[in-house]
Amino acid sequence: MSTPVHDRIAKDVAENEVLLFMKGTPVFPQCGFSAAVVQILSELGVKFKAVDVLKDAEIRQGIKEFSNWPTIPQLYVKGEFVGGCDIVKEMFEQGELDTFLSERGITLQNA
Amino acid sequence: MEIEKAIRAALPDADVTITDLAGDGDHYAAMVVSKAFKGKTRVQQHKMVYDALSGRVGGQLHALSLQTAPKD
Repeated sequence: MSTPVHDRIAKDVAENEVLLFMKGTPVFPQCGFSAAVVQILSELGVKFKAVDVLKDAEIRQGIKEFSNWPTIPQLYVKGEFVGGCDIVKEMFEQGELDTFLSERGITLQNA
Repeated sequence: MEIEKAIRAALPDADVTITDLAGDGDHYAAMVVSKAFKGKTRVQQHKMVYDALSGRVGGQLHALSLQTAPKD
């Protein structure tokens, strides 16, 4: 079922190569899980766009339905749902995340 | 333990290890190892656990830090 908020999310996902739905902003994350993903992306030197779900109740609920995923943060790369904090952390720790991003043509400034 | 019971109900072969991270009954870490995860992506594996917990993650359970792995 498509709703206006799902359309807004789909557009954002399509238009941003690396998109993070998070609580707070990269500079002031409002949740430890969101902060952890920001830190990993920053460490790799990945440029990303962040959407603060706390500023938009529709997106906060809508993104959970859109991804069929119950928690925030949520990371999208080139339109593909990568996962939440646990998955991103695990991929990073096992050295898979930089490969995953490079394979999709994402520039890593710190690689 | 309710979380463990719910996961085992959906994935009967699962080895489930729960750690109470903060001691406040609200922040848990779960390690789940099951044959059912074979050939599944991490996202699919995590979804299977979230489904087992039927809506509790993200609601009543604010923080469940999850790690999954297929069982050999």
